[in-house]
Amino acid sequence: MTDKYKNYAILILATGLIISPTAWATELPLMLIGNCTVCHGLAGSSVGPAAPSIARMDSEDFVDTMLEYQNDERPSTIMGRIAKGYSEADFQIMADYFAKQALVRYSQPVDAEKVKTGQQLHKKYCERCHENDGYGYSDEGYGILAGQWMPYLRFSLTDFQSRVRDMPRKMEKRMQKMVTQHGEESLEELVHFYGSHTNQK
Amino acid sequence: MSNTTRRNFLIAAGVAGVAAAGIGGYRLIEPTTKKPLPTTPPNKKVVVIGGGAGGAIAAKYLRLLDQTIEVTLIEQNKDYYTCFMSNEVLSGERPLDSIQFNYDGLSQYGINVVHERAIAIDSEAKQVTLQRSAPISYDRLIVSPGVDFKWNAIEGYDESVIDQIPHAWKAGSQTATLRRQLEAMKDGGTVIIAVPPKPFRCPPGPYERASQMAHYLKHHKPKSKIRIFDSNQSFSKQALFEQGWQQLYGYGTDNSLIEWIPFDEGGSVVRVDANRMAIIAGEFEDEHQASVINLIPPQTAGQIAVASGLVDNTGWCPINQKTFESTLQKDIYVIGDACLAGPMPKSAHAANSQAKVCATAIVSALREQEMPTPYYSSTCYSLIGTEFGVSVTGVYQLEKDHIQSVAAAGGLSPLQASEQDRQREVAYAYSWFKNITDEMFSHRI
Repeated sequence: MTDKYKNYAILILATGLIISPTAWATELPLMLIGNCTVCHGLAGSSVGPAAPSIARMDSEDFVDTMLEYQNDERPSTIMGRIAKGYSEADFQIMADYFAKQALVRYSQPVDAEKVKTGQQLHKKYCERCHENDGYGYSDEGYGILAGQWMPYLRFSLTDFQSRVRDMPRKMEKRMQKMVTQHGEESLEELVHFYGSHTNQK
Repeated sequence: MSNTTRRNFLIAAGVAGVAAAGIGGYRLIEPTTKKPLPTTPPNKKVVVIGGGAGGAIAAKYLRLLDQTIEVTLIEQNKDYYTCFMSNEVLSGERPLDSIQFNYDGLSQYGINVVHERAIAIDSEAKQVTLQRSAPISYDRLIVSPGVDFKWNAIEGYDESVIDQIPHAWKAGSQTATLRRQLEAMKDGGTVIIAVPPKPFRCPPGPYERASQMAHYLKHHKPKSKIRIFDSNQSFSKQALFEQGWQQLYGYGTDNSLIEWIPFDEGGSVVRVDANRMAIIAGEFEDEHQASVINLIPPQTAGQIAVASGLVDNTGWCPINQKTFESTLQKDIYVIGDACLAGPMPKSAHAANSQAKVCATAIVSALREQEMPTPYYSSTCYSLIGTEFGVSVTGVYQLEKDHIQSVAAAGGLSPLQASEQDRQREVAYAYSWFKNITDEMFSHRI
């Protein structure tokens, strides 16, 4: 009985869901983040197949992203409609919560050859900003790449390629160079590389 | 929980907290005040009737919020079959077991899962009467019973004919029955779907069903027809469905797989004749025969709510829209399809959202603390084809004690969406399904 609750306690604490009573109303905005977890997974680790995980997302990035959706500055199928329902203060609460969550990187089917090529491409064209193999600097950094759902990565790369989604000039230049040198398939090879990262037990 | 177990739990929590602090920058959240912390009085019991989209989430989130609360979940079935995604079982796009879930995961949260049927509520003694076992006491009760059918509201349609004329509006064996009937039907046969007057569980459901059936017939029995007899004049996501039907199923042409008959063109079914496999509809009471009849009957809140004085004259449960406490019975809360939640639809996601608000309200009440601002949402995907997905979403807030839709937010997928976006919405629909059922039934966290 004790063992079961001990394991349960470790799991609960690992996600920051256990908190003190007085602080709980603002520390655990259960109803607010509960609106997100239905698609983005418990504590922000999506079980897929395509809705992205948002656990461990840098909190500033999170708020910026939600504001972009709210202002129709970033394309989406549904996030634009959803983001308009909340205030920037709401986004900050969500951001602070999800930034603290452990990210589960579920295992995905990948092609070994593509992973190998993808790793080289990442090193050459992406590592500069998406540091540490796409895990980012100290597990933060631009976007969640390593272990993100592959269909979502494909959607994102397609949107960048077609320019419906903005990217920094540096990224645009590197991506253009990569595709020119290595073909469109280089994008898919990157996807396999990022998708190969898993910490699923 | 006994005192010994609780102490062991807290010690384990402390140990794990120190260990957890080293993992990837996570930190334990510290109290922000030096005042003595208000806690929930010991041995408080919350009982949840119904282990579906509302009840499973309510039970889990009560335990996530406060491990000192004893939570009992009363669910009559050992397995839960989701109504959502069941239309894909009808088309053959997914197997029945992919919508089947059990309660093993939930019991690992210390939730006492009781596979029994609740038959009465004694609100004076604060006890739930069960069919076979001893009554269960509660300090607070959440009733999340879903819907039940008004038998004989349509003459000739009662429980005795549901194997011949399935409703399949509760998933499981009814889903399998309707699928078998579609498989057995000859090419050129007619399928009738009868839609009851609003409100009913899952507003776009009958039309997604027609879409999925059309997808199946198009590829296997292309001379067949689906006729939707509708007691309503309009339906959820109508323009999107019609666009998809035009694109995929010949809607609007002589070769259309789908015909929609609204109320004013004779769409309201008044009688059913199981022996003749016919429905009688419209003001002139015309008879229409079919090989397969899927009759979705008019609905009310689940039977336990009706029997316990929780419904008003609409047949649904009026509630305090901030806490979900019944306005008719104290300390009893109603969530999900059964309740009247303003503009929120009768959907699984709405039930999920309401469960979280209700759990928070109850824990606040037990601690005599003010409840934080509630947030509600509902998102609903419909799969019109294998590459044609659409959605409707809503974000809601409490304003002057009533749930209001945030006007600037929410709404439907655009009519002008690209083919690519329609494909992406299918992938996101599957993601919604996997994540919501994971949240309901898993023990990952």
